[in-house]
Amino acid sequence: MPINYYLFLTVTLFSIGVIGVLTRRNAIVVFMCIELMLNAVNLLLVAFSQMHQANALAINPIPSSVGAEAQLFVFFIMVVAAAEVSVGLAIIVMMYRNIHSVDINFLNRLKH
Amino acid sequence: MAKFIYLVPLFPLIGFLINGLGRNFLSKKLSGIIGSLAILASFVVSVLVFLEVKAVGFTAVEVKLFDFIKTAGLDIPFSFQVDQLSVLFLLIITGVGTLIHLYSTAYMHEEEPKDFARYFAYLNLFVFSMLLLVLGANYVIMFIGWEGVGLCSYLLIGFWFKNGDYNNAAKKAFVMNRIGDLGFLLAVFWIIGQFGSTSFSVIFPVASKTAPAILTGITLLMFIGAMGKSAQIPLYTWLPDAMAGPTPVSALIHAATMVTAGIYMIARSNILYTLSPNTQQVVAVIGLATSILAATIAVQQNDIKKVLAYSTVSQLGLMFLGLGVGAYVGAVFHVMTHAFFKALLFLGAGSVIHAMHHEQDMRNMGGLKKYLPITHITFLIGCIAIAGIPPFSGFFSKDEILMAVYSHNKLFYFLATGSALLTTFYMFRMYALTFHGSFRGTQDQEHHLHESPLAMTIPLGVLAILAIVAGFIGIPELFAKESHWLEQYLHPIFAASLAKQVGHETPASTEWLLMGTTVVLILGIVFFAVSKFKKYKATDVEISGLPKILENKWYVDELYDFLINKPVRAIANFFSSIFEKYVIDGAVNGVGKMVQYSSRQLRWLQSGQVGSYILIMVVATIVFFIIQIIGK
Repeated sequence: MPINYYLFLTVTLFSIGVIGVLTRRNAIVVFMCIELMLNAVNLLLVAFSQMHQANALAINPIPSSVGAEAQLFVFFIMVVAAAEVSVGLAIIVMMYRNIHSVDINFLNRLKH
Repeated sequence: MAKFIYLVPLFPLIGFLINGLGRNFLSKKLSGIIGSLAILASFVVSVLVFLEVKAVGFTAVEVKLFDFIKTAGLDIPFSFQVDQLSVLFLLIITGVGTLIHLYSTAYMHEEEPKDFARYFAYLNLFVFSMLLLVLGANYVIMFIGWEGVGLCSYLLIGFWFKNGDYNNAAKKAFVMNRIGDLGFLLAVFWIIGQFGSTSFSVIFPVASKTAPAILTGITLLMFIGAMGKSAQIPLYTWLPDAMAGPTPVSALIHAATMVTAGIYMIARSNILYTLSPNTQQVVAVIGLATSILAATIAVQQNDIKKVLAYSTVSQLGLMFLGLGVGAYVGAVFHVMTHAFFKALLFLGAGSVIHAMHHEQDMRNMGGLKKYLPITHITFLIGCIAIAGIPPFSGFFSKDEILMAVYSHNKLFYFLATGSALLTTFYMFRMYALTFHGSFRGTQDQEHHLHESPLAMTIPLGVLAILAIVAGFIGIPELFAKESHWLEQYLHPIFAASLAKQVGHETPASTEWLLMGTTVVLILGIVFFAVSKFKKYKATDVEISGLPKILENKWYVDELYDFLINKPVRAIANFFSSIFEKYVIDGAVNGVGKMVQYSSRQLRWLQSGQVGSYILIMVVATIVFFIIQIIGK
């Protein structure tokens, strides 16, 4: 499958994530949009990694992991994202307990 | 013994530390004893070293203590020079110093114990610095001592610092000295640049191979240093003001030792000066001019210490005249005899002031002869010695300089003799005003007149004996062949210079004639001055004309005020009121205002809306992407 399809899909997903973060007021939705962006990046990494390995094998047919290193990043990102989710959700829970809302427009205390 | 030379400055340093650190605990008696003993110990060591040095054939020793500055291109060790000249100065400094310390224990008895210890600490520190100055085997160590004595002079002039005038006098002395010190410092730099070393033993042998123009520059700069320290025109005005300090300080620092540092420095560097005749000429002219100017001022002063101060300036001028005409031995000889009789005169004046309860105006004295017999006799001896009446010491040293001047330049000789005659006049004017006639002070003062205690009269007696006999170590050729002990003693120091000088022999008959005439004139002036001022009565007649100018010291202070102080003050005023206020303050305040303004504008970005922050972030990221794409 040509790489272009992957690119279109990831750009679309990423843009949805960005627009969601910018426009939505619900903290949980914002959070989900962030996850969407992360996963768009993950998808992109996997796609490019697959492409590079295919190219490398075409030059040198001995099986190896050349070009597949980018997939390692994906795992890292997943781990970090999982950690982030746990912290982020905790923050949202605390936020709800304090202001009885998850609307981020109420989070303007930094101004004062 | 020479290798123990470090003990000489060490004792005063220890004395300084004990008195300085323990000033709150020490009793007056104890701090006086410590201060005096420290100098006495130095004196004893100096005498022992002297006994070794005076042997015929002794060659100069350099005692190295440690490395002071050591770099690739420059090596300045902390080392002491032990030779005939430095040891002679050691004897003068520690000898006169001991007597003056002893004298001070009685003179300063009214002080609080704390101030008393502080006084002795300063005095010890002074002696330490002075010893460093004369012992240093290179110009850098000499310079350390040079600065040290300047500092102590400042501290001691301003000893009674609660009096504003005294403080100003101290500051004046310090600043004037700094001007000279700058000259000396530049000379040291130039010497390092030229010779790559500051050690006397390195520089002097190669001096004759150096271009005369460079030597002239170096020696002139050094002479500027000497001008400041030894109170020569144009930097002499601090010395008369320095009389604000306690009288023993005036005797030790501003008459016997510190002010002769310039003479020592030139005598030490005699070969450099001999090789640059132009500088010598300058030294001679400045010395002569100072000698005459100060002598004329002294004639009309009424403060007993001021007269002595101007007399010191005048005598220092005479010494420089001697150095300028190449009479190095004569100049050093005069330093020594002057140290004795001028210290004697100052201490005598101190005794008078002590008896008169801090009255210094001679117009309020008179007839003290019968109240202060010992002071009177010793003071008279000092006056005779400074006037140059044979066989007192001043005669021999002054005569030696004058004879050297005569063979150099006849006009200088007559001018210098004129200055010597003026010296006689004002000294005996002072003597007559103080000790003869009738008492002119208040009844209360008369009631309290008393001879000073033993601690003050003993130094007077010792110095009086020295003032009488010190001349016999330098009997001129004219009287007896081969009897000038000092010349033979100092010969190794000045040998190289003497070899380069072309001597003009003055015929013996001329010398007899000049000497005889001078002595007769001096005696005449003595009788004239004494008989005139014996009958002195205070009058209300306003003085005018020349005497008024002289009383106001030729208006030199006012001239300096007009030429230097006023313009500097005007510039300072301009800078403080215009430049400082508008330019400097404007710039500083402007920076603050700008930061405040810009931060007020930036504050609008801090809306606190998380969404807006993210928007900015996204927009900024997109902008960066666009910049990157365009950049490619």
